[in-house]
Amino acid sequence: MTDLKDRKPILQLVGVRKTFNDFAAVEKIDLDIFEGEFFTIVGPSGSGKTTMLRMLAGMEAPSEGNITLHGERINDVPANKRPTCLVFQSLALFPHMSVGQNIEFPLKIKGVDAASRKARALELMAIVRLPASYYGKNVMKCSGGERQRVALARALAYDPEVLFFDEPLSAIDYKLKKVLEKELKDLHRETGKTFIYITHSLEEAMVMSDRIGVMRAGRLVQVGTPEEIYAAPVDRFVSEFVGEVNVIEVTRAGEGWQGVDVPGAFRAAAPHDQPQAHSAFVVIRPEYMRFLKDGEAADNMLEGVVYNEYSLGSRIQYQVRVGEKVMLVELSRANALPAAANRNVRLGWDVADAISVKA
Amino acid sequence: MSTALIDPTLNNTPLPAVPAATPLGARFAAAWAAAGTRCALPVVVLLAAGFLAPLVAIFAYSFAPPRSFEVFRAFTFANYAELFSLENTVWLSFAWSIGFALLTCAVLAVVAYPIAYGMVFLFGRWSSLVSVLFVFPLFVSENVRLYGWVLFFIKNGVLDGSLKWLGLGGAPTVLYTPGVILAGMVYTYLPFMLFPLTLGLSMVPRDLIDAARDLGANRFQIWREVEVPLAMPGILIGMLLTFVLAIGAVSEAKILGGQSVIVISHDIEIAFTYAQNWPLGSALAVLVTAFIGALTLAVFAKLDLDRLLGRR
Repeated sequence: MTDLKDRKPILQLVGVRKTFNDFAAVEKIDLDIFEGEFFTIVGPSGSGKTTMLRMLAGMEAPSEGNITLHGERINDVPANKRPTCLVFQSLALFPHMSVGQNIEFPLKIKGVDAASRKARALELMAIVRLPASYYGKNVMKCSGGERQRVALARALAYDPEVLFFDEPLSAIDYKLKKVLEKELKDLHRETGKTFIYITHSLEEAMVMSDRIGVMRAGRLVQVGTPEEIYAAPVDRFVSEFVGEVNVIEVTRAGEGWQGVDVPGAFRAAAPHDQPQAHSAFVVIRPEYMRFLKDGEAADNMLEGVVYNEYSLGSRIQYQVRVGEKVMLVELSRANALPAAANRNVRLGWDVADAISVKA
Repeated sequence: MSTALIDPTLNNTPLPAVPAATPLGARFAAAWAAAGTRCALPVVVLLAAGFLAPLVAIFAYSFAPPRSFEVFRAFTFANYAELFSLENTVWLSFAWSIGFALLTCAVLAVVAYPIAYGMVFLFGRWSSLVSVLFVFPLFVSENVRLYGWVLFFIKNGVLDGSLKWLGLGGAPTVLYTPGVILAGMVYTYLPFMLFPLTLGLSMVPRDLIDAARDLGANRFQIWREVEVPLAMPGILIGMLLTFVLAIGAVSEAKILGGQSVIVISHDIEIAFTYAQNWPLGSALAVLVTAFIGALTLAVFAKLDLDRLLGRR
């Protein structure tokens, strides 16, 4: 989505902080979320993302700062008075109601008559790809994926301006998860509503989001498009969160850098936000590492011994011991290294293939 | 009997399959060999001797000739005929008992629900202290507590005497009225409503309440649509328990009511003691038991625990 800058902010957080006794779960967050975007907050457990979502949904009040919706302060507006809706991690489906009754719940609360409720429920069931025959089905007899769709349809029945998702796919098996991720993104496009999604999986975030906010210890460390997060992580934490990476600690030595945890001199750019930094981390993704043939050269080279290989499906990952350190190299199956075990190898990567982040 | 009462998981060790042609002795031996049968034996013996045998005896007595002890030797419907005869006023005792039991149930449901709600959702670590406070009176005999009430309300007692001493005139007469019987019953049976209710409410997941609110429901709508239906097993069990106990209650009417009202249990007691008419008392007991039994089965037929807990 390229026109994000032209969009109006729908939800704004200004200096939002949440403390429980002395513990600050969320620290001074400033964030604008734009109308119609798919925003994902990603972070490890305990990073404060759930607390943040509960504040946005109206289940917790911020200790400091303001949350505004369309410019109006909503800090103290209770959840039932907000035009927002949360899809819970547990889904929170009502076990004593059928699929149809669950979906109709917000309509019943609004006082919509039974016939219109049913019509709308069936419409929504079609949107979330639930067969109409499920209308009277006991919701607890549905499979995990079906329950997911019921929860989604119920949230849509409320017709919220903003939909929140609290890791709803965390208990779903990998294959179905991939399907549902795509469906969710399609649904986002079809409804045009603002989606705010939280997850601990950056992979999940990458697939669906327009923008991602990475949280750590209650702070938003980086906000950006998936491309920005992937290509220019602000620090070691974000770079490692994106996936398995090789990280080499370096200090400045004249024009280049001197390795700290791997001996040797390295060529690398300075961290983009700290050009004068004296120390940095050089981050090289395993897929940008390669094995050098005899006589072949690269900007940076290391010697090591292969001690294990793992199949990742279409790719193979090699673990290479370089002194005390383990480096990862990923090759496509077509370029596999024959008889890899215990082989002495030379690793190489070019300056352009590595990212430098501040120490 | 409703299937909900039978937990299929308890009965998952099938007896060894025995061909139908095997002689009875061998089949019995095979059943005996099953570990489940042997383990159940102490309970079976205890229930047979302590529970079933007295019931059988009462049932048999109800068909004995009036004012006799000729149980198992004679058979007559005379006792039932007497109870159902038009002149007999035992129906009045029945009506009092059922009326008191219904009112006790209704008042307790209203009184105990907020306490249970507080214990589950609001009191936090204080809720165990609150439970102890409600259990505490059970350590003292019910009769002693009821006599305490009598001392409090009696003419020139604690209340009346204090008010007179303060020059405020006397207290109104509450003792020996149906009102004070009801109050005594509500007081006595509070724990039996409170704890099942607490259990029922604690079965309502917090998430569902949050979700209902998030979907626009106000406090009352959450209560009606989510809280009560999901706490229903606890509510029904509490109601059934208090109703069954209250219908058999006798001390409140005797002590607080000063025998101004005769309840059905009192009638049974009189038949067995002063009147020395065991067969008539037994017939009454059988009728009460049948009534309560039918009610219990009706409630349990409605109370589908598995479905309510979302397991089915």
